[in-house]
Amino acid sequence: MILNASGCLDALAAPDVAGKLDAFVTKTVTPLPRDGNPPVRIAETDVGMLNSIGLANPGIDRFLADTLPRLLELGPPVWVSVGGFAAEDYAELCARLDEEPVAALELNVSCPNVSSPEDEVEEIVASARAATTKTLYAKLSPAVPDLGASAAAAARAGADGLTLVNTIRGLALDPRTLEPKLGPEVGGLSGPALRPIALAAVYTAYRATGLPIVGTGGIETGAHALELIAAGASAFALGTVLFADPEAPVRVRDELEHEASARGFQTPLAAYAAAHGEPPPTPLRRVA
Amino acid sequence: MRRELLDVVRVEEVGPYRLLRLGRGRLESGLPGQFFMLSPPGRLLPRPMSLCLATRTELGFLIDPVGPGTRALTGMARGDSLNVLGPLGNGFRLDVERPLLVGGGIGIAPFPYLSERLNHPPAVLGFRTAAHAEAASLVPNSEVIVEPRLVTEALRTGHDVLACGPEPMLRAVGKLAPAAQLAWEAPMACGYGACYGCAVEIDGRLSRLCVDGPVLMSHDRGLTPVMSERDAA
Repeated sequence: MILNASGCLDALAAPDVAGKLDAFVTKTVTPLPRDGNPPVRIAETDVGMLNSIGLANPGIDRFLADTLPRLLELGPPVWVSVGGFAAEDYAELCARLDEEPVAALELNVSCPNVSSPEDEVEEIVASARAATTKTLYAKLSPAVPDLGASAAAAARAGADGLTLVNTIRGLALDPRTLEPKLGPEVGGLSGPALRPIALAAVYTAYRATGLPIVGTGGIETGAHALELIAAGASAFALGTVLFADPEAPVRVRDELEHEASARGFQTPLAAYAAAHGEPPPTPLRRVA
Repeated sequence: MRRELLDVVRVEEVGPYRLLRLGRGRLESGLPGQFFMLSPPGRLLPRPMSLCLATRTELGFLIDPVGPGTRALTGMARGDSLNVLGPLGNGFRLDVERPLLVGGGIGIAPFPYLSERLNHPPAVLGFRTAAHAEAASLVPNSEVIVEPRLVTEALRTGHDVLACGPEPMLRAVGKLAPAAQLAWEAPMACGYGACYGCAVEIDGRLSRLCVDGPVLMSHDRGLTPVMSERDAA
């Protein structure tokens, strides 16, 4: 299953691109509207891209009244990414989305403004779980001391799946002035530099939980997607690559079929967890 | 919006700038002021460039080689090819009676194409140095201003101003000509509304320049999106 990474596609601005996905993930919605951060918001580095958009979004009221009905008309199932600054925010957002015909809710517990130590992940996921019966994915930051423990905490609190990974903090300086290129100074690093980090996170979380995982981070080709599947992802999301190549969903899907078949797998998902050996070990299920 | 792999026909020197000429494939040229995303070899992100020239067989982009992306683009040669996406955004409205083009530096990039579509109206073009001013040869009927003189000193009243250039120039032009059409620029990762990287303040709110611009109407306060021919239809 191919998705977009949250915040990397506006399905209303590019419905043709969204139509090539198996599900569309919205930009993170917060309780109140947010204009986002002041420019400059993006910068290219030699190994990836920095962004500091600042969760620009219309807020849950306008999202429900205006954005969501138009997204639902497009066709692909809609996953709604929700974010906040306290567990109650997530609970409120999930409760308000509970009756909507959306396929899943993704908890952005890894935005730069919310620290994500294990207990906070567990508290946020548990609050959201109590507020909705929807399929619930927790999107985690890779920048934690023990990702396996964070993943297990999300599982314990009732997450149905995990999205791995969000961006990791980075800084770019103007080569002439040596001042930060981004208005908000530090931003989230995405693109090729995230690829081994995402692979490690998926690999670790698979062993720690056995939960379904949406792998995301630096996928540019079908071979990259196949590696994430082998590490333990059952779906994957395209992010930065969509900026350079709006046709990436179709291209990566074709490449993935080819790469899987070239390695003797009947389907790409036949490579699921292949990196863990044959047969794959039973996940540790550090779930209480 | 269409993306295609285009062949480099040649790269011409225009003072310190370079004119990258590409075989146009099946891409539409769009309206002057619209832009294309050009993918430089070896870089992660494409670069937004407004269309400078359109012929039956070629699309031309005037580029200032100032960073790794623009240098990679201008370092290409015949036989190379690159991905190009476009045309994107809203261009200039062409239903103007007495057009005057006002440009600064690399901001003159869309003017050769715009001038042709408007039957070569007068233009006032400002540059940092005489070497940069060589680019004025691409725009017929142009008056050249070199620093320390500024284009605002040569603005005439009674014209429909269409301007493109650095932000301070656009703000100054907008003050003098409240009905001007101003073409802005911002760093963009995608050019089609996906990344939210190109947000600028429009009508008091941060909005995406790639979707609402890059050409905006100047008014006394704030800026408003141009009502394109497509929207008006």
